[in-house]
Amino acid sequence: MTNTVRISGSLRNRLMITLISGSAILGIILFFIVRGYATQIAQDGQDNILKASLSSILDAATIQDGLVEVDFPYASLSMLDTDLDDRVFYAIYQDGILLSGYKGLPAPSSLTGETRTFQTIKYKGTFARVANANRILVGERGRIEISVSVAQTQDDLSRTLNSISKNVAVFGAGFFILVAALSYLATSTTINPLMRLAASIKKRGPKDLSPFEKEIPSEMVPLVSSLNRLMGRLDLSLKQSEDFIAEAAHRVRTPLATVRSYADATLQRVSKSENREALRSMVRAIDEASRAASQLLDHAMITFRTDHLQKEYIDLIDLVQDLALRLSPIAEMKDVKILVNHKNPVEIHGDFILIQNAIRNLIDNALKYSPNEAIIKISVGSEPTPYLKIHDEGPGFPPDDIQNLTLRFTRGKNANGIIGSGLGLTIAKDVANAHNGRLEIFNHKKGGACAILSF
Amino acid sequence: MRYIIVLVLIFITYSLNAEEWEDQRIFSSGSTNQTLRILSSTDTSFFEPILKSYLVDNPATKIEYLVTGTASLDKIFRNTPEKYDLVISSAMDLQLKLVNDGFAIKIQDSNHPSWAKWRKSLFAFTIEPAAIVINKRAFANQKIPQSRQDLIKALRSRSKFFQNRLGTYDVRKSGLGYLFATQDARTSETYWRLMEVMGGLGTQLYCCSGDMIDDLISGKIAVAYNVLSSYAGARKKVSDEIEIILPADFPTTMMRTAMVSKLAPNVENAKNFMLHLLKTQLKPADKNNYTLPPLLLKPGQQTIILEPALMTYLDKLKRQTFIKEWERAIIQ
Repeated sequence: MTNTVRISGSLRNRLMITLISGSAILGIILFFIVRGYATQIAQDGQDNILKASLSSILDAATIQDGLVEVDFPYASLSMLDTDLDDRVFYAIYQDGILLSGYKGLPAPSSLTGETRTFQTIKYKGTFARVANANRILVGERGRIEISVSVAQTQDDLSRTLNSISKNVAVFGAGFFILVAALSYLATSTTINPLMRLAASIKKRGPKDLSPFEKEIPSEMVPLVSSLNRLMGRLDLSLKQSEDFIAEAAHRVRTPLATVRSYADATLQRVSKSENREALRSMVRAIDEASRAASQLLDHAMITFRTDHLQKEYIDLIDLVQDLALRLSPIAEMKDVKILVNHKNPVEIHGDFILIQNAIRNLIDNALKYSPNEAIIKISVGSEPTPYLKIHDEGPGFPPDDIQNLTLRFTRGKNANGIIGSGLGLTIAKDVANAHNGRLEIFNHKKGGACAILSF
Repeated sequence: MRYIIVLVLIFITYSLNAEEWEDQRIFSSGSTNQTLRILSSTDTSFFEPILKSYLVDNPATKIEYLVTGTASLDKIFRNTPEKYDLVISSAMDLQLKLVNDGFAIKIQDSNHPSWAKWRKSLFAFTIEPAAIVINKRAFANQKIPQSRQDLIKALRSRSKFFQNRLGTYDVRKSGLGYLFATQDARTSETYWRLMEVMGGLGTQLYCCSGDMIDDLISGKIAVAYNVLSSYAGARKKVSDEIEIILPADFPTTMMRTAMVSKLAPNVENAKNFMLHLLKTQLKPADKNNYTLPPLLLKPGQQTIILEPALMTYLDKLKRQTFIKEWERAIIQ
């Protein structure tokens, strides 16, 4: 049976890709969030120091003798010392005019009230953070606005940020690798029960339709219970049809026997040759029907037994000789001789009933197709494996469809006029398969059909 | 050393240059193609051994060594930074401000201790405390003061004797004097008390340590405050007239610093010279050759820190206030 399954991606890959790309995106988002926070915190730190410096300078502003004096403490600039020795700039303005300090720093645009602003500017070829604040002094000549700008370069800040970024990147990558590994693990764990189910179904015998009983995750319950239901229905319908056939065959066989005996009796009484001929045809048809019925029964029995083999040790030679003896009355009717050829004792391990049935069918076939006064040679051997070979002198198998003969209800094209159901070779083959053996059929070079049953 | 012919040329007049140099000398060893111009506040005699040892390794270089005071040095360099390769000064505040203003280039030097450099541009190479230097004869049979308080006491107890016989830097003219004064002032109020006492007794004001030591040896003055101990130490070898006292209460300790100009005509050569200078100064002083004190901290010794706060007293307003107060104390 070849069935093409249409594949659309892989659950495992889909799960892995979703988890890994999800974690990659998470890692990147995490990186930017943490870096953003770090930047903000670092910047806040710098702004706070600038603010403190600014306040200490502004607080030192006084008016002495009508002149502004800003005697700011050493600490005002000392607190701006950093590990990387950032440059520091400041400017002090009186009513917007530079009083002292560096030129060109952004002066606060005459602010009302005491406010502080922070901004990042480019100054003397480098980026600097500037803080501005102002203060109103009331002197003899009225209000004086003192405003101060303090600026600091961002070397130390950038280094801090770089090292944070580097660490966060390392953490992010570590997080990603961990999550990727976990994803792989999670995916495998998730997919495993499915794989186990598939493997267990694959391992089953062709006729094992029993329900799947191992423990499975809850998500797989619908699938497995559907599968079980399907198999149950299949099993039931198979059994029903087998039962039906067996029952039908059985029911048909008894009336056929009655009809046959009546036909035989009637044949004795009629004398008209055409009537006798008709009756003979009738008897032959009845024979054929009853044989088919019994073979159907055999086949049903074999189908049942192959699932439940009752193995024992069997002497193959004894079995063959016994069969040959039992079939000798029929052989004698055609003057056919059955020769059993053997050397050493051959013993096999198998179901006696099945093997007997298979061999009887093979010998039966040979008898049916043998011409009168022919010889059927049966040889039994154990090399290389136990085997049985039957060689008749009949017309042989039709070479065209020799391969199909073992299928159910298939009969050779040369079987016209010979009673048969087309089940004989099927039974022999099923039995061979049930015992891990094989049935070979071919035409002998010197004529006649040949069948080898090996175990 | 013998194979090198050291030419020391003294230019008494240098008509092409309008600057008034305290000293201007050229060092070279024969064939030269590059002139390294060093602007310095350090007396040539202190620097000569280092200059000569550099020429041994770099015979193709000629060094022009220009000496001036710390304040004028700052002014000259700010006006024409492209004319000089290295700037060496004892005024740490002015030097730091030059670097802060972007006049110096960075030099990678991993060996130099981090407390002795700023922005990898300004490198300290000596440790020199400011000292009280006295004429020994003036203190014959007297207890020699060990701290500023001792000195105040001694001055008060013999005020007549010390009348007009005291000396210190004129902080208005000397950058180093201003640095010492401001650092003293920010450390302790004792400084102002001392200045008031000294001002009351009449104090001579000097531009440089050298002149102060000259007058000490000659006996013109008996006590000089905030003299560079290194200069005094060098002179003490010659004359035993003086005694150097490092104040026990708090010694103000300066580091001489050097930087390479961003617009230096010979940047690589200047960098090399800087590395040579730092390497030499990190080794204990060779008593015979080098007269500059090395960059070695004694246990517990602290120096003026190289930090942006050094610019505090360079602020116009702060300076005005400080000078005003100083004048009020010392000139009276």
